[in-house]
Amino acid sequence: MDVAIVGLGMHPFGRTPSMTGLEQGAAAARAALADAGVDFKKMEFAYGGSQDGGNADSLVNLLGLTGLQFTNVANGCATGGSSLHAAYSAIKSGQYDIGLVVGFDKHDRGAFNAKPADWGLDDWYGETGLMLTTQYFGMKIQRYMHDHGISRETLIRVAEKAFRNGSLTPTAWRKTALSWEEIENAPMVSEPLNKFMFCSPAEGGCALIVCRADMAHQLHPRPIYLKTAVVRSRNYGSFEVFSPSQPPEVANSPTVTASQAAFELAGVGPEDIDVAQLQDTEVGAEIMHMAENGFCEHGDQEKWLAEGATEITGRLPVNTDGGCLANGEPVGASGLRQVHEICVQLRGEGGARQVAGDPQVGYTHVYGAPGISGVNILAR
Amino acid sequence: MLEAKPLHEGLFTWPDAPPSLIGSRCLDCGEHAFPSQSSCRACSGQNMADVDLGNEGRLWTWTIQSFMPKTPYHTDETPETFRPYGVGYIELACGLKVESRLRENKADQLEIGMPMRLEIITVRKDDEGAELLTFQFCAAEEQD
Ligand SMILES: [Zn+2]
Repeated sequence: MDVAIVGLGMHPFGRTPSMTGLEQGAAAARAALADAGVDFKKMEFAYGGSQDGGNADSLVNLLGLTGLQFTNVANGCATGGSSLHAAYSAIKSGQYDIGLVVGFDKHDRGAFNAKPADWGLDDWYGETGLMLTTQYFGMKIQRYMHDHGISRETLIRVAEKAFRNGSLTPTAWRKTALSWEEIENAPMVSEPLNKFMFCSPAEGGCALIVCRADMAHQLHPRPIYLKTAVVRSRNYGSFEVFSPSQPPEVANSPTVTASQAAFELAGVGPEDIDVAQLQDTEVGAEIMHMAENGFCEHGDQEKWLAEGATEITGRLPVNTDGGCLANGEPVGASGLRQVHEICVQLRGEGGARQVAGDPQVGYTHVYGAPGISGVNILAR
Repeated sequence: MLEAKPLHEGLFTWPDAPPSLIGSRCLDCGEHAFPSQSSCRACSGQNMADVDLGNEGRLWTWTIQSFMPKTPYHTDETPETFRPYGVGYIELACGLKVESRLRENKADQLEIGMPMRLEIITVRKDDEGAELLTFQFCAAEEQD
């Protein structure tokens, strides 16, 4: 049985001091239920996740104690992708007809401070100053720029695009476009990446109602079909965060393996994708993920960005809502925001940021520590 | 004067001069790891032996930590005395790339491929006043 998305809900990303993380998740869930025109009592299952906002299954205290199967998902930055994958499997298998996927979060300001023991590392690693994701991102793009001739200008172009798209997105956190000079001269965080090249931890919630494809039209006039949902973890040799050592040979990242599997399962190729969401925890990630997901050759990003190929008006619009850079990253909700945005674009409801030409097929990609990636392919 | 000691045992030889990094090698598939592991990331085997990984290599990639990290960072520094530090991966003779603090902390001092050597630095003093040591790499030309 094919799987459709018939309800989209979001609680705006950014900061909502008056609401807990759970309340933001509940608001997103209610919005998705309203969009699909169904009651929470009709939900047969739910998959939900949050890193710092509380247990997702506590949402039933706000939404109603209906006795449904509610499973908490914790998979780092890929929590949303993994929740959607689980829901996809639940419907695909024929076990369930309709359910809720929800993610939310509420993080403290500033960089995430990870604990070495949670990652199988000893305390010295953190105490001596190596336990920072920002360092990894800086080092990965530094090597990539060296190997593939990517310039600093291209890094700036990605940030410029993100905040410009954010300025067109009512639910975005950063809604002010930034000038080239503002981005170029921002304080350095972790060479070669500066303040405006990183996304920040944030708050927000996002939810989707998924159902059997054969009942989709009863619920929404424009269902979006989830062609495939794939999650992969790292192989030996993949260059990942929090690694005291890396093997000699650099292996393909989990993004490459997830992407290849997704294209194969969906029976489409990168050339068929009309609009994409690629994980942009920082600008280097978006650049590398363009090639790792098969949309261009390594090094071609230099030309693509200069030509504006990934702008809303370009041949492959990427991160049309401003991505993580403009929306921040509430970890539990972030992967679902990507799917939400692609559904908005495929429905033609993107307003000022709508991709022209009636997009038919969309793509989402999430990537996170310690080397996990989720890819979804969606179609009208 | 209390004797200085490694912050964490088993990462580098001490008090050998010059010190070397200690890692492990899989006796089944030959792959190296740092720090030494009891099982192999490549083949899942458990036939591991500790090996001397040497004390020199080339810079594979780098960045600079420009602000003082939050906990679990633990040194005697304050936000006022904090000095930015480099972070990089050093490609060793065996091919393994080891992540390390770098003495160099300015972009114009660091270049991919440059030769690097191991040195031992003080992280902080413990409650009794003994210096706790860790490793870092620095440019190999800068002999002091
Ligand atoms: Zn082995």
